[in-house]
Amino acid sequence: MSDLTRKTAAELAGLVASGEASAVEVARAHLERVAAVDGQVHAFLHVDEEAVLAQARAVDERRAAGERLGPLAGVPIAHKDVFTTADMPTTAGSKILEGWRPPYDATVTARLRAAGLVILGKANMDEFAMGSSTENSAFGPSRNPWDLTRVPGGSSGGSSAAVAAYEAPLATGTDTGGSIRQPAAVTGIVGVKPTYGGSSRYGVIAFASSLDTPGPFARTVLDAALLHEAFSGHDPMDSTSIDAPVPPVVEAARRADVAGLRVGVVKELAGDGYQPGVLARYREAVELLESLGAKVVEVSCPHFGYALPAYYLIAPSECSSNLARFDAMRYGLRVGDDGTRSAEEVMALTRAQGFGAEVKRRIMLGTYALSSGYYDAYYGKAQQVRTLIKRDFEAAFEQVDVLVSPTTPTTAFPIGERADDPMAMYLADLCTIPANLAGVPAISVPCGLAEPDAAGGEGGGLPVGLQVMAPVLADDRVYRVGAAVEKALEDRWGGPLLAKAPELAEAAQ
Amino acid sequence: MTAITRDEVAHLARLSRLALGEDELDHLAAQLDQIISAVARVQEVAAQDIPPTSHALPLSNVYRADEVRPSLPPEQALGGAPAAEEQRFRVPRILGEEA
Amino acid sequence: MSTLALMDYDEAVSRYEPVLGVETHIELGTASKMFCGCATTFGAPPNTQVCPVCLGLPGALPVANRAAIEGIIKIGLALNCEIAEWCRFARKNYFYPDMPKNYQISQYDEPLCVDGHLDVEVDGETYRIGIERVHMEEDTGKSMHVGGATGRIQGADHSLVDYNRAGIPLVEIVTKPITGTGDKAPLVARAYATELRELVRALGVSDVRMEQGSMRCDVNVSLMPRGSSQWGTRTETKNVNSLRSVERAVRHEIERQAAVLASGGAVVQETRHFHEDSGTTTAGRSKEEAQDYRYFPEPDLVPMAPSREWVEELRASLPELPAARRRRVQREWNLSDLELRDVVNAGALDLIESTVKAGASPAAARKWWMNELSRRATEQGVELADLPVTPEQVARVQEMVDAGELNDKLARQVFEGVLAGEGDPDQVVAARGLKIVSDDGELAAIVDQAIADNPDVADKVRGGKVAAAGALVGAVMRATGGKADAARARQLILEKLGAS
Repeated sequence: MSDLTRKTAAELAGLVASGEASAVEVARAHLERVAAVDGQVHAFLHVDEEAVLAQARAVDERRAAGERLGPLAGVPIAHKDVFTTADMPTTAGSKILEGWRPPYDATVTARLRAAGLVILGKANMDEFAMGSSTENSAFGPSRNPWDLTRVPGGSSGGSSAAVAAYEAPLATGTDTGGSIRQPAAVTGIVGVKPTYGGSSRYGVIAFASSLDTPGPFARTVLDAALLHEAFSGHDPMDSTSIDAPVPPVVEAARRADVAGLRVGVVKELAGDGYQPGVLARYREAVELLESLGAKVVEVSCPHFGYALPAYYLIAPSECSSNLARFDAMRYGLRVGDDGTRSAEEVMALTRAQGFGAEVKRRIMLGTYALSSGYYDAYYGKAQQVRTLIKRDFEAAFEQVDVLVSPTTPTTAFPIGERADDPMAMYLADLCTIPANLAGVPAISVPCGLAEPDAAGGEGGGLPVGLQVMAPVLADDRVYRVGAAVEKALEDRWGGPLLAKAPELAEAAQ
Repeated sequence: MTAITRDEVAHLARLSRLALGEDELDHLAAQLDQIISAVARVQEVAAQDIPPTSHALPLSNVYRADEVRPSLPPEQALGGAPAAEEQRFRVPRILGEEA
Repeated sequence: MSTLALMDYDEAVSRYEPVLGVETHIELGTASKMFCGCATTFGAPPNTQVCPVCLGLPGALPVANRAAIEGIIKIGLALNCEIAEWCRFARKNYFYPDMPKNYQISQYDEPLCVDGHLDVEVDGETYRIGIERVHMEEDTGKSMHVGGATGRIQGADHSLVDYNRAGIPLVEIVTKPITGTGDKAPLVARAYATELRELVRALGVSDVRMEQGSMRCDVNVSLMPRGSSQWGTRTETKNVNSLRSVERAVRHEIERQAAVLASGGAVVQETRHFHEDSGTTTAGRSKEEAQDYRYFPEPDLVPMAPSREWVEELRASLPELPAARRRRVQREWNLSDLELRDVVNAGALDLIESTVKAGASPAAARKWWMNELSRRATEQGVELADLPVTPEQVARVQEMVDAGELNDKLARQVFEGVLAGEGDPDQVVAARGLKIVSDDGELAAIVDQAIADNPDVADKVRGGKVAAAGALVGAVMRATGGKADAARARQLILEKLGAS
């Protein structure tokens, strides 16, 4: 095991910038770690060692040429396979796109490259970002480094697993209903969903356009902020991108101070259905905030209980349309083109074989919700609920600066447990969905390990996440609170939570 | 009471261009029925006078200037095509105009 | 469909009252596409004007072209529409191989322009055509059908798709139901399409060339028995690609539907396709299930909220519109209604106006374009505007006529030369030696010769039969190959014969 893989991104960039380590050395250390543990973790769908080293060499050359490098230059990153990359396959975890080589880079990809980040490879994910476990990946699930029999969350589970397994200090993800925060929570790392429109969706293979938000994963709040800053900001290629400066997230992460901040505890996001071990850590975190000088009050968001059903109408509706383009005509899989079948038949066969069960379920659900006769009762009503949830946030943010809740109702569940029980799976996003519907920023930071339940001990000894939500474009606040919690807890624990994770056995190289 | 019938599920599959087998349709019908019954809860709170929200943020009027930018070279445009001929995408026979 | 039964047109319109609707798609002539920067050049090699956005590649996103929005607002304003203060794009979902995303970005219940009208004239009567809506959408790609009969979709074994056209901005203009046109229905439909084309052309937002598909019409027709107020079932005829076809398609549907109704049958609500060669329509493929487009607000694009200032700026920028312009030139050029209609129908209005601007009198300009040049265009089977002669050249020829350097016959020869590519009028005159012989010395000698050659006629003139001088003028003209100034020649003849 190389020391370099245990360093934070900020530290690695510092070493590269000062010449204490070359980007190539940093890249090699991480490639070795990937080779050693990814057989078990399966965080990556694609790693091209030569391409990685070429990127690292380019950074070293830029440094040698006297160029001033960015704050993350030379730092390896796992890139969710939902972002297009012109030099690597992009599959969105689906068989229908297996081997597809996009002719263009996503805006986020291009910005990573411009910032000198070294893209280690493409991270596994639930097919088309639909899922909370990566079990919906057509290429097999990723595993939680804390317990390889459990899920690393999803849909960005390859990203969370890679960072938690020290395969990469940073990863990208996309968050549509919790797909960054939930995997971060269950793997004991930091994940942020920025304000919708704060990071570009151009080149992100769409799941639900009005919700999808690219964001960072890291082992520290500061690293997440550095990555957030590196790829965010206005993109003229995305009409929904906000034309405003990126909020001062790095400064906020460094400030790590909550004195005088008004923190609202969302009454509706706790209670029945939450794992007791999760609630215990959550309540401690709230107390911790109070002890750090925050003013904590309880806040009611009465419509949050309707966020999950609204989400499971809006997201599938948009996805049914977004995924229509996968039709075997212009790219991707084509099944059954034997010269006798019509285009229509080939499309239907290809889609039936190319999409997995969850994707088909959501396409069907969305088609239903949008079809004539049902639109008003389902999609229309869901959009009205969306208004109610936005109003809940607006009312809450008149009283408080940030809102907090557990990130997920439970800790990481065992692989296979919810695979064919969609409603149970959907509950994983219970706490994270409201922020997506309203477009507000939110972070998940580790707040401890759940105690084993008195009853059966299920889910004990596994990480719990604290979610912090802030108003639109106040992304800096979630970093500020996240960093304060991180600092206080690390002081208490004598190190990061992840240090408590069991060491993975390294495969012989 | 079922929220969705087996026939409706078959109709949705055709509308979604999914050639699903009988077993898959049965399985999906049961699951969709369960999901639709659950999500129907949105009807409990959304009164007539609440405006719908289609976009997360209230942006408007985002336009680009009418400027030509380079297109993809044809070999890249067609690079991912399952079949191509005469610099065009080759597709199976089309069953007549639909729109 | 069984064999085509048609009712005689006159009988059909005596028994049934047609109700029409026209949906027109117009491709805007922007430099780049509706939602991406690809060029829109017509006739480019296949798939050379495509990018991730218009190919619908995973991850690509649309950004609306401001010039296209300006174009549609101008069309809406010119059609007397109200411009929405806030509206959204919507996705129209259906699968078709020439549509890259399998949804079309369009507008649904929030069109950008609503509730306008366009006045058209048929046989001296004005019909006000209500405009229901004008909305923005994107065009599809184009398929080439291989292996079947003559490129038809039926019987082909595969198709080849070119996405160059995919994403070109498309404006859809939908009329309100057009009633009360009676037997004039086909002509009203044609007049509407013609007037709309002129209007859009005047706005400069599209080249509106039906033969290139930049303007396409679908016509809806239904019949109701005379005396009834219950509208019948309508058909929608697509693929109507010329103004003449608009008229023919309506006429054919009236004849066909009347025959169906008269025989006790029911008109089927369906899409029909117009066939240019036979002037008939046939039913489209019958669908197992009704279309369900599952429209919903396009989440990738933000709403449009054109400010009133912007709309007023665009309104102020509108050029003179065809109807106003026709009224003006009719007044300025002193034309009868019939003369004006002839000029408009000949497509000569622009040409005449430019010729007048270049210095010719309206009467002379109109005379050349409507007579000599129209005749030649017809001979060559081209549009008047496509003749290789410019309004400036026409004005120059007329200038020479006014100066007495050319007569009408010579002028026609000058045009012949110009059209044959021999250069501009002055070059043709010089090269062909077409100047009028008006030099008195030269002309006097020719006149003397003519008198000498025709003593009998000369005597008659001397005897006071002045009209007989025409024969002598004719002789002079023959002798000069038509280049003599006939009026001067006559004057000289009469002087010499003492008859003046």
